[in-house]
Amino acid sequence: MQPNSATPFSSYDPGAYYCELTARDGDGGSAGLVRDRISAIGLDALRLRARAAERDLFNLGITFTVYSESTAIDRILPFDCVPRIIAAKEWAVLERGVAQRVRALNLFLADIYNTRHITRDGVIPPELVYGNVNYRPEMEGFPVRFGTYVHICGIDLVRDEHGRFAVLEDNARTPSGVSYVVENRHLMLRAFPDLVAGMKLRPVDDYGRRLRSAMDEIAPEGIDNPQVVLLSPGIYNSAYFEHVFLAREMGVPLVEGADLTVEDDKVWMRTTAGLRRVHTIYRRIADDFLDPTVFRPDSLLGVPGLIGAWRHGNVTLANAVGTGVADDKAVYAYMPRIIRYYLGEDAILSNVETHICGEPEGLAYTLANLERLVVKPVGESGGYGITVGPRASRAELDAARAQLAADPANWISQPMISLSVAPTLTEAGLRPRHLDLRPFAITGRETWVLPGGLSRVALKEGSLIVNSSQGGGSKDTWVLAE
Amino acid sequence: MSGLQRRTPLLTRDAEGLFWMARYVERVENLARLIDVTQTFESPGREAESWSALVAIMADYAGLQERGLAMDAMNVKRFYLLDPTNPTGIPACIEAARTNARTLRPLISTEMWMQLNVFHHDLLAIEPWELDGDALSRLCRRIKEGVQAHTGITEGTFFRDQGWHFYEVGRLIERADQTTRLLDIKYHLLTPGTVEERRVVELTQWNSLLRAAAGYHGFRRVAQAGFVPADVVAFLLGDTSFARSVALCVEQMDWHFGTLRSRYGLRDTAPVLERIEDLRVALGEPVLRMLPDGLHDFLDSMQRDLAKLGELIGTMFFRDWRPLKQSQSQSQGSQDGPGQDQSQSQSGPEGTQSQSQSQGTP
Repeated sequence: MQPNSATPFSSYDPGAYYCELTARDGDGGSAGLVRDRISAIGLDALRLRARAAERDLFNLGITFTVYSESTAIDRILPFDCVPRIIAAKEWAVLERGVAQRVRALNLFLADIYNTRHITRDGVIPPELVYGNVNYRPEMEGFPVRFGTYVHICGIDLVRDEHGRFAVLEDNARTPSGVSYVVENRHLMLRAFPDLVAGMKLRPVDDYGRRLRSAMDEIAPEGIDNPQVVLLSPGIYNSAYFEHVFLAREMGVPLVEGADLTVEDDKVWMRTTAGLRRVHTIYRRIADDFLDPTVFRPDSLLGVPGLIGAWRHGNVTLANAVGTGVADDKAVYAYMPRIIRYYLGEDAILSNVETHICGEPEGLAYTLANLERLVVKPVGESGGYGITVGPRASRAELDAARAQLAADPANWISQPMISLSVAPTLTEAGLRPRHLDLRPFAITGRETWVLPGGLSRVALKEGSLIVNSSQGGGSKDTWVLAE
Repeated sequence: MSGLQRRTPLLTRDAEGLFWMARYVERVENLARLIDVTQTFESPGREAESWSALVAIMADYAGLQERGLAMDAMNVKRFYLLDPTNPTGIPACIEAARTNARTLRPLISTEMWMQLNVFHHDLLAIEPWELDGDALSRLCRRIKEGVQAHTGITEGTFFRDQGWHFYEVGRLIERADQTTRLLDIKYHLLTPGTVEERRVVELTQWNSLLRAAAGYHGFRRVAQAGFVPADVVAFLLGDTSFARSVALCVEQMDWHFGTLRSRYGLRDTAPVLERIEDLRVALGEPVLRMLPDGLHDFLDSMQRDLAKLGELIGTMFFRDWRPLKQSQSQSQGSQDGPGQDQSQSQSGPEGTQSQSQSQGTP
């Protein structure tokens, strides 16, 4: 080896964090193989190829668009070329854990909108459920096929310094990111075939077919050849590319609110040959915007009368209305108990220890330990409103304290987790960067979990925030077949 | 679920988007052709005159005035190639084409989208120096080739269901319209000098025109050595072997609507087919009768008829279920007005419609 061609890994040091690549065992040596292959390619070639790969993403329009007053800027979700590897045995546990969680979420929703046993049995405080902003009285007593409310679920997992996975949050409304899982794999195969060669990976490109088949299953009973559509807010939505992707993969029309109309409590779409019945709507519009006659009257995105048609059983919405109560950050704290209550088993995937500030002891603990905790608003997503205690300034801590005092029920706190890292290509070479994992589960009659999921990586040094809106990127996630 | 669906439904919004995407892309090519031929017509010392003719056929005097621009070669070139605020310019057309394409991504091929996306970025990055001297001709060629790549990729990859027919109809109606405009440019050019001088200049101009329309060699094959201007006009308008002739465009549109009717059961094609038949009849008129003074009027009425056809397609297939927005119905109403003879009446609000409809995003 030449003196100045030290391998890209020679200066890589994950420190005390668990490293997804270098700390692996039991994966049949794939991690080591990937390491060797990356070293053989070398840093310069890796950079050139990574840049070309990102240009590809831009040209393909695998982008989200950021709008300001006068311009529209297309941004890609930055792609890091070093894959994240999950061993077959690890995945088997995650897969069962995710499926278990989805089952519990659906049973919980069926219960709170119908029989209300769980609150009567005192497992979870009633006000947390029925007083939740995302609780929808419209759902009460309304039957859904196969008891499935959460047809598409994304569960955010993190890994601590010991390599243990834990659930950080559930996304039971309209989780996004799955298109990047599939596109990242395509990109990997195109741009880094030498990294993938000979690896036995679980494929990810079956997602669209699985989703379509679930959407067919959940259509109102007695429909032979259901018409499925994907309802999008339109091209100005930041996830528009994903809507395009999923409509294309399912082979169904991508519709906007104005393309649909409700007559006789049935939903129709406007086609060149006239109105045509719609049976299942995979909606990527929040509950509030679905139907201006029921929810927000100012919504231009939805379809007047949609909820009526759905209550008449003439159309199925996926996900069902009112699932937001199940992925609330305060309800999250009860998930281990919810799982035990409905399934009589322990949670396969543990929760991150969570203090509910709406409860006196939780608030007291949080205020007393603020500088060691991560404080999160219960209703937000996208990584907004979070205060990371150990990294916060005195002023930021004071601000958090004031917010907690003003509206305790709006907050939870969790210990700071030493998120696992993975080697990530940076200006300085391969460096450890924190990442999480969002597996996706599809549920019609049964649950199917896409092997792997979206690995989001915080590209800024030391950052724990992986959201794309805040400087996150992503990696191809490999689940080894054996 | 097994088996293949025989006839997939097409959203009216998507039909409209395809129609307009194709129109805007075709318009980009024709603009490049017009600019190319204008530069060729440019005679030393009289540059402004040629460019003024371009502005005249695009009905853009007002647009130029609004921007406080004097009528000179550079201003006009910038107006059409660099100014994104000019709705008749290349940047605005490619933007509109791409905006439509974005809404159509589930339908068009990935290759179509990628090429259009890259082409769009390319056209929005045209540099001022590319408008000068020999660079301009190269630029025009690059633009034409970009569009040709688009049509080639479309031919080879676009799924041929209903949507393809609407795409083709949009392209054809635009092409027919642009051919009439290209021909009209001749009307606006003054040919000075003696009779003999004028004859020579005119000959050159007709040849340039044929070249701009990619019809020069074709015309040579069918024309007598001693051809007269009427022959060129008859060729550009009526020769169905010539790819950009109005007659061929009309014939093909007839076929597309016939197919939409027979294969997809779109009954609303009847009035559209009638309107197409009217165009065909008008094209049958002997060209000699129009020349020299009636040509402009004829082209003008042809443009109006094409605009009406476009509108009819809009009401029959795109907007039948949709309440018209106030501003749209107004501007559409005004398109029929007799005072609008020179307007690019087809560049109505439709091109940006999909945009305005999705602006309610939170």
